[in-house]
Amino acid sequence: MNLLARRKLTNQVALTLSLSAMAFGLFWLAWILWTVLELGISGLSLTLFTEMTPPPGADVGGLANAIAGSLIMVVLATLLGTPIGILAGVYLAEYGRNHWLGSTTRFINDLLLSAPSIVIGLFVYAVVVAQTGKFSAWSGVLALALIVLPVVVRTTENMLQLIPNTLREAAFALGAPKSVVISKVTLRAARAGVLTGVLLAVARIAGETAPLLFTALSNQFWSLNLNEPMANLPVTIFKFAMSPFTNWQELAWAGVFLITMGVLVLNIIARVFLRAEKVN
Amino acid sequence: MKFGDRLFGTLAKSFAWLTLILLAGIILALVYASWPSIQAFGIGFLFSDAWNPPMEDFGGLIPIYGTLVTSVIALLIAVPVSFGIALFLTEMAPAWLRRPLGTAIELLAAIPSIVYGMWGLLVFAPIFAKYIQPGLQSSIGHVPVIGKLFAGAPLGIGLLAAGIILAIMIIPYIASVMRDVFEVTPPMLKESAYGVGCTTWEVMWGVVLPYTKTGVIGGVMLGLGRALGETMAVTFVIGNTNFLDSASLFAPGNSITSALANEFAEADPGLHTAALMELGLILFMITLVVLVVSKLLLNRLAKGEGTKS
Repeated sequence: MNLLARRKLTNQVALTLSLSAMAFGLFWLAWILWTVLELGISGLSLTLFTEMTPPPGADVGGLANAIAGSLIMVVLATLLGTPIGILAGVYLAEYGRNHWLGSTTRFINDLLLSAPSIVIGLFVYAVVVAQTGKFSAWSGVLALALIVLPVVVRTTENMLQLIPNTLREAAFALGAPKSVVISKVTLRAARAGVLTGVLLAVARIAGETAPLLFTALSNQFWSLNLNEPMANLPVTIFKFAMSPFTNWQELAWAGVFLITMGVLVLNIIARVFLRAEKVN
Repeated sequence: MKFGDRLFGTLAKSFAWLTLILLAGIILALVYASWPSIQAFGIGFLFSDAWNPPMEDFGGLIPIYGTLVTSVIALLIAVPVSFGIALFLTEMAPAWLRRPLGTAIELLAAIPSIVYGMWGLLVFAPIFAKYIQPGLQSSIGHVPVIGKLFAGAPLGIGLLAAGIILAIMIIPYIASVMRDVFEVTPPMLKESAYGVGCTTWEVMWGVVLPYTKTGVIGGVMLGLGRALGETMAVTFVIGNTNFLDSASLFAPGNSITSALANEFAEADPGLHTAALMELGLILFMITLVVLVVSKLLLNRLAKGEGTKS
């Protein structure tokens, strides 16, 4: 075989492998989504939203307390983590761009962004649960908020950096103080991007299981008391999926379906949102 | 007005500090909580395979081994596949397909890990045990030395299954970093190579990859950091046992994260909890080192971007 033919062949083999790598990736996505749809939809019913999680051996039951608990904790964690994250992001983009605190925080924040979430659970256990002596929904909220924080910081900073400096200069020229320039001009201009970051953070914590295992724990009953353990979807799914009871496993699949759909919808909304903003 | 302005700036600054302190706080809290175990077992904790809660004798060897082995398996699979995907997305796919395909791969990262776990245990593992594992045994199982890795009963769950599922989970992270860094290669470099008659593969292997290698390694390290700390997916499929008597990858095992997920909430408050905390501390330190290296490499590429071309 001459050199040219061999080079062409190598190229063809490599490109075919590249195509199959793409197919390999899509294959798993399709398989997982298909499983979730197939097994999840068959588990859906009205009782899922009205009945509590069943005790062992019972054949009726739903996920009402787990769904409510998850919603409460995700909402509170977002409310807690978002403002702190936005302000820290504002500092990085507007105050500390050339300051050592800015660059150090940016670096540390990127580490926190990829740090294992189970370690956040251990941290909250050590500083809250071990000190107060009991598992509580509040400690779960705190753990989730600590996961929201770096996501919001990162996106807020990125989005603010996209704002052209002329906009800031125009506002300063009108005599506006820095806090007004930021809150009324730059943050407002970056609104959609910042909101996207919050949506992605919500999507991230909606399915987080590991940090809740040692903090909010779970609860078989309906409870809105944030000082007590609280039921939540991920931990309930974990417990039910590992169990030998078929109706528990069916409930777990239904829960997986709810979480996956919620997370995918949030992701798609966030992307559409961001693209619409970029076009403007 | 002036007071409000000051307040706003101070508030923003203090929250930046908060983020900074958080990292130190996590390390300090973990060291404090694992102190009884650090004192009791010392450096030997890393090399002891004991895990005996009633006798209060603990060692981290088996979970550490499980974490490292599953992450290495994940990288061996995920790195070439991610490279293929990035190559496809930057050089081969028609422009109208790039965005939807890229989004589809990124959605793999959006699926919560508990979904991977449940799917892995109830759907993937049975199929893996029935078709793939016997196939591996009858083909490479007879090769000397390497064959030992594929010995034992095909259970489905175990180190290999955990590694494969981790690979699927980290592909989107590595692939999207690779795609991003491939895209920063100056078009002039690529066009010059095409101009002297290089094939697509030669441009990729001989021009784009050398130009972006720091970024590519950074992306791989980022994926490694994710794989090391992944909890739920691994906990479902690794088998959760602290016995390890063969080199086989088919054997069930334990990882740091799965040991924590399974035992922590029920652990006795004394030495057992402290030993688990120490495992968490070890995991955090390993991940931090990997992530710092990843970040430094990616930053170096971003800095060179403006000057090299």
